[in-house]
Amino acid sequence: MSDTALHHPNPTGFAHQFEDLEQQHEAGRLGMWIFLATEILFFGGMFTSYTIYRALHLPSFIIGSHLLEVKFGATNTVVLICSSLTMALAIRAAQTGKSKSTIIFYLILTMFLGALFLGLKLRFEWYHDYVEHIVPGFGFQYRPEWGSAAPGVQMFMCFYFFMTGLHALHMIVGLGVLAVLVGMSARGRFTSQYYVPLEISGLYWHFVDIVWIFLFPLLYLIGGRYSGGGH
Amino acid sequence: MSTAIADVHEAPAESRVNYLNATYGLKSWLLTLDHKRIALLYLGTITLTFVVGGLAAVLMRLNLIEPQGALVEPDTYNKLFSIHGIIMVFFFLVPSIPATLGNFLIPLMIGARDVAFPKLNLMSWYVFVTGAACVMYAVMTGGVDTGWTFYTPYSTSYAHTQVIAAAVGIFIAGFSSILTGLNFLVTIHKMRAPGMTWFRLPLFIWAMYATSLIFVLGTPVIAVTLLLLAAERLLHVGIFDPAIGGDPLLFQHLFWFYSHPAVYIMILPGMGVISELITAFSRKKIFGYSFVAFSSLGIAIISFVVWGHHMFVTGQSLYAGLVFSVLSFVVAIPSAVKVFNWTATLYKGSISYEAPMLYALGFIGLFTMGGLTGLFLASLATDVHLNGTYFIVAHFHYIMVGGAVMAYLGGIHYWWPKITGRLYPDLWARFAALIIFIGFNLTFFPQFMLGYLGMPRRYGIYPAEFQVLNVMSSAGASILAIGYVIPLIYFYWSWNYGPPAGPNPWGATGLEWTTASPPPTENFEQIPIVTEDAYNYPTADVASE
Amino acid sequence: MMGLIQLGWSGMAVLAAMIPMQPPAASSIAGEVDQLYYLLTGITLFFTVLVFSIIFYFMVKYRRRSPDEKPPEVHSSLVLELAWTIIPSLICVVVFVWSSSLYIRNSKPPATSTEIFVIGKQWMWHLQHAEGPREINELHVPVGVPVKLTMTSQDVIHGFYIPSFRIKKDVLPGRYTSIWFEATQEGTYHLFCTEFCGTNHSEMIGWVYVMSPTDYSAWLAGSERSEPVAQQGERIFNHYTCGYCHVADGTGRGPSLVGIFGKPEKLSTGEMRMVDEGLIRQALLQPNSVPVAGFAPIMPTFQGQFTEEQILQLIAYVKSLGLQERANK
Repeated sequence: MSDTALHHPNPTGFAHQFEDLEQQHEAGRLGMWIFLATEILFFGGMFTSYTIYRALHLPSFIIGSHLLEVKFGATNTVVLICSSLTMALAIRAAQTGKSKSTIIFYLILTMFLGALFLGLKLRFEWYHDYVEHIVPGFGFQYRPEWGSAAPGVQMFMCFYFFMTGLHALHMIVGLGVLAVLVGMSARGRFTSQYYVPLEISGLYWHFVDIVWIFLFPLLYLIGGRYSGGGH
Repeated sequence: MSTAIADVHEAPAESRVNYLNATYGLKSWLLTLDHKRIALLYLGTITLTFVVGGLAAVLMRLNLIEPQGALVEPDTYNKLFSIHGIIMVFFFLVPSIPATLGNFLIPLMIGARDVAFPKLNLMSWYVFVTGAACVMYAVMTGGVDTGWTFYTPYSTSYAHTQVIAAAVGIFIAGFSSILTGLNFLVTIHKMRAPGMTWFRLPLFIWAMYATSLIFVLGTPVIAVTLLLLAAERLLHVGIFDPAIGGDPLLFQHLFWFYSHPAVYIMILPGMGVISELITAFSRKKIFGYSFVAFSSLGIAIISFVVWGHHMFVTGQSLYAGLVFSVLSFVVAIPSAVKVFNWTATLYKGSISYEAPMLYALGFIGLFTMGGLTGLFLASLATDVHLNGTYFIVAHFHYIMVGGAVMAYLGGIHYWWPKITGRLYPDLWARFAALIIFIGFNLTFFPQFMLGYLGMPRRYGIYPAEFQVLNVMSSAGASILAIGYVIPLIYFYWSWNYGPPAGPNPWGATGLEWTTASPPPTENFEQIPIVTEDAYNYPTADVASE
Repeated sequence: MMGLIQLGWSGMAVLAAMIPMQPPAASSIAGEVDQLYYLLTGITLFFTVLVFSIIFYFMVKYRRRSPDEKPPEVHSSLVLELAWTIIPSLICVVVFVWSSSLYIRNSKPPATSTEIFVIGKQWMWHLQHAEGPREINELHVPVGVPVKLTMTSQDVIHGFYIPSFRIKKDVLPGRYTSIWFEATQEGTYHLFCTEFCGTNHSEMIGWVYVMSPTDYSAWLAGSERSEPVAQQGERIFNHYTCGYCHVADGTGRGPSLVGIFGKPEKLSTGEMRMVDEGLIRQALLQPNSVPVAGFAPIMPTFQGQFTEEQILQLIAYVKSLGLQERANK
């Protein structure tokens, strides 16, 4: 255990309303799982609406999906999965009593990967879409080759931006949480006895990753990429 | 006032230092982590929101005295009913019992020192106040006129009012609900005192648990729906717009997916309160404990699959209508089971008639009636005629006002001595309860008749033949308003001058009555060890100590 | 005291139930709906009075007589729990079955229904008779004849409600909803909008005039009217040279429209779709979403070119094509 940890007034982070540390940790974990359940319902509203419209307007959704670049979506998927790995490694480091610099290293790596995700998205996807006039509400232009499917293509792009936008918002919050964890690590708060904040933040981060793993095929891979069209 | 009788759990001598006077100053209240103080913060806030929502109702009823509108222009009337609905639903009824009585009592009733996440608890209050401020901003800068239901495309493309501000305010306040629900679920799961098994819990806790399930699973859906609504209105493009293949009915499905379970958020806590009041004032254990407990869960679960009954006349398919209709009948059964169990609890009890009991008994009757009028609406053939009329307005006010608000008032009266350490004048309280009961029925019963006669809701101007019933309703509303003002007066008096209450002025069972009134900040000197079932009132068959 | 009030009020409620408190029963279904309503009112009153009375009785009989009184032990009863679960369930089943069968029976308009088109817009009702007359906020119909209303909105969601007929349906933008009724009593009845639609929602009201057949014919003849709706549709059809592709004998680039209305049509996706008002509207506005099997998807879109009225006129024309064919044979 580090010096700082030993001299911290409350090295185990025990909160007075609980009877013991175990109860507190269980409560923290249960709380995070319930919060994730709310997040499932939150995204679920959008996923449900998406599913309904996809069934009703499949041709338009295929056109819309082909407007997206699979290579960026796929790269981002790999980036996020790696970030989940580094997050898990950060928790493992704390669990096994590694030095705080190890924990911080993995946390910062996770943050870097998360920021990379957002950077790639912003610069190569969203900015590019804006320039191409396929961002609804920001100069969206119908293209003649869409024919009468055009309104549905706009609908698809609405969903694309709503869903990935909401996801990106959750990523940004996640980065904030990670920054706080880095701060806590730097002050030596985490030990092999007390790393619950890392654990439950890890749950959140994995959840955000899983949402993306659903979003990627649903948005980027409609209608396949083998028969004509698609890049 | 009944004197405290010696019960099995002798309370310690009333401590001088309690949660109210342990620390002083605005900061100690605004930065408190004590669930009891947070409950009072909520109590103050929702009393204010109730006044605002009530004012809107007063103006509406005044306007409806005359067929051509006695008071306000149509646009203003539309804003009044919208604001009344938004504030009463999202900023009064949804938080009312959970955030005040729930916050105060749950740790006490289960023998804990606080909720699982006190900081989240405080945050939830700040989030609530922020949401309320946002809506007040909307009210003061032009109002909102979409109705609390925000149906598209009117709200997205046609309304010229502060729709976005109102939607954002509700969105923010939704997180307050989610945090509260999350806190309660974890608290009830993990922090029960030794010996407090699930089936020894007071039924109020079961009800709050069921409510919290709905908080946590339903609220996120309205949050994302309102987010989409605001985005659509802001960007002039979105998924509810028919011009791009969008479906305005999708909005309704998403909206009602939350808002139907929401009405059970509004009534389940009240039902929990009634279970406490009936047992305390008949000095008997509840009849059919597990049936009442499981009914709460059953209502919460089934509430998620009946939302389509709000959309029977939207042109949905016949089969959807049949499915939602049958499920809506099913959801009525657990409520009926509760009513019968409460009534049976009175059998061979030892009944006293203090104000909380009067509220409880009024609740049972009015909720029965309000709930049964729900059957008219679950029934497809009659709903076609009644949907969108004053019958609906009467139905939900019977449950929300005749039910939920009366349960809330009953609970406030019952636990007032515990919360404040003071007694209130019960004679005045009974008088107020009577005024409220009379005023309530006079206000809302004529509305059932108006509804069947065909008067649509949300009408500020109506055909002259409906005037008599409208005037009756408005007259009732004025009596009801007086009834609501009276408690404000005597509670204010009681807070400042009321005689001190002992730990257990009602002689009731329950861990909250074993500690001092008001309780110390840490709730109990020592965490109790529970060895008995809930409502373990002494009976004549047991040799009394 | 409380109990007395409750009893007194219950008594008043019973009295109120005996006073007729309903709008005129002026349609073929109104009587049946009212009967169901009376049953539900009876159930409600019965249980409300029952609960109130039992409460009142217990309140008096078991009032606390001394401060230290201990009530006797009362044991729970599975029999009672089952009874008051099963009996309400049975009542619910009865009501559900009764109500649903009424609803199902009333859901399909008779084949002989006269068609009237309704367009709701802020804040008035446009009603278009098939024979030609147009009305605003008024609807003249003959007694004893089933009438089917096909409705759409030009802007927001409205609700079309005739209390005396016990019918109501929302009117939505971008699609059609329909209801039908058969008026059984001459007279004048309210028409209301029941879905909040903005400033003058309360004034989006009108009158339905149910007339004897002779009076109705007289009204029809005397009313200032344009040509029949189907004929107006034919003019639009010809003006836009739709017949260039939609050749009647099926040899054109587009499918023949003769006799297709009301029958299923196979799309090139393999899906079978019923040709109804909604499909024709979709074909006009988003033709590539409903490509007919065997034909190339080359129909241009007419989005933004037709008003809702014109679309309804075209629909009426297409409907009439099959009928003419059969009449000609």
